[in-house]
Amino acid sequence: MNWGWLRHNIDTVLAALREHVQISFAALVLAVVVAVPLAVCAHRWRHAWPPILIVTQLLYTIPSLAMFVLLIDIFGLGERPVIIALAIYALVILTRNTVEGLRSVPPDVVDAALAMGYRSTARLLRVELRLALPVIIAGLRVATVSTISLVSVGALIGSGGLGQLFIQGFQIDNPIEVWTGILLTILLALVADLLIVGLGRLFTPWARAVT
Amino acid sequence: MSATIDWLTSSAQWSGPDGIPARVYQHVGYSAVAVSVATLIALPVGLTVGHRRRGAFATSALANASRALPTLGLVILVFRLAPLSIWPVIAALVVIAVPPILLNAEAGIRAVHTDAREAARAMGMTGSQALWRVELPIAMPVILAGLRSAAGQVIATATIAAYVGLGGLGRFLIDGYAARDVGEITGGAIVIAVLAITVEGAFALLQRRLGRDRSAPSSLFLPTPQPKESQP
Repeated sequence: MNWGWLRHNIDTVLAALREHVQISFAALVLAVVVAVPLAVCAHRWRHAWPPILIVTQLLYTIPSLAMFVLLIDIFGLGERPVIIALAIYALVILTRNTVEGLRSVPPDVVDAALAMGYRSTARLLRVELRLALPVIIAGLRVATVSTISLVSVGALIGSGGLGQLFIQGFQIDNPIEVWTGILLTILLALVADLLIVGLGRLFTPWARAVT
Repeated sequence: MSATIDWLTSSAQWSGPDGIPARVYQHVGYSAVAVSVATLIALPVGLTVGHRRRGAFATSALANASRALPTLGLVILVFRLAPLSIWPVIAALVVIAVPPILLNAEAGIRAVHTDAREAARAMGMTGSQALWRVELPIAMPVILAGLRSAAGQVIATATIAAYVGLGGLGRFLIDGYAARDVGEITGGAIVIAVLAITVEGAFALLQRRLGRDRSAPSSLFLPTPQPKESQP
């Protein structure tokens, strides 16, 4: 093990880590922005849900590297195809969990909100989505951890992130670099997961245990 | 687009050791070996842990850790162990297939309703009889969902493993990318996507055939009503 490498290349490692965070964050924000309205539509118009489920499930089945290269055709090389592909995977998980969450809201509560004079948009934002939050957060946790793990595959098509350490570590046969990448990826996933759990508790004070 | 169609329809792609049929055969072969070995390891463990109703914390920790593990890094690490052999990479595929099979087996058995378990006991069944005759059939849809998820992840990772020299369909992507051959890259990606969707579809059909409960969760990240403590 070439420990000296780590000491001399700490800047490279930190830059890769920063790129990794940026790509994951962009993909997840994009996924949330698309998934929540999509799920709300699927919840309102029930017949829209089966086709949405089938299409998203099909997309989820496509292996990551294949998805990346298929999107190069549309979005060009670099970060963009990776962000879009990861956003697609994440939105599959998020859409399903958001629909499940909205369905888990007791009808009595919805009726009570209606009786209190909530109009449909206010009811959705202030009652239904809030009560669905624990299930949405459970989905966001899974989506976040798998997104962070998948960003590194993007290095195969020239995207940044900790995957660059894998590629370089492979090319110059430097295992410490590969280990650094693996451990930082797992650590980053863990920190992001804890962060979401913490934020979730903050926003759902009535549900002590978010599973 | 036309480069892709040319590549996919060229006769050179449909024969020989580097042709699509040979690569599909390799890819399915590696994946089938990995999923079979993983099943032999993970299924007994998952069934036992679920049956004894212990170790929920350990399995949920395994779920999180396995989801966070970057597969490209893993494949590169194991490749160094024996660069001329494909077996370390196949072993990495087994490592990737174990968690979904184990976790779903455990969650499926754990979710079997207490009424069914007590009825089995009241009928005089021993613990292992109850597991095989009552709990296993009830948990079957969830167990199959685990196999399906494992197969999907193994097919995806086998594609990535082409980077360290594994054969199979990933070759088209890695070699095509190195040669900047758009037709080969896109054509290869389409073949991989079709293979993955076909395998997924086959498992979905199997699940319908063998599973009694069609509303069973089709994958681990769906919130299921019963096994709350084992959900990620």
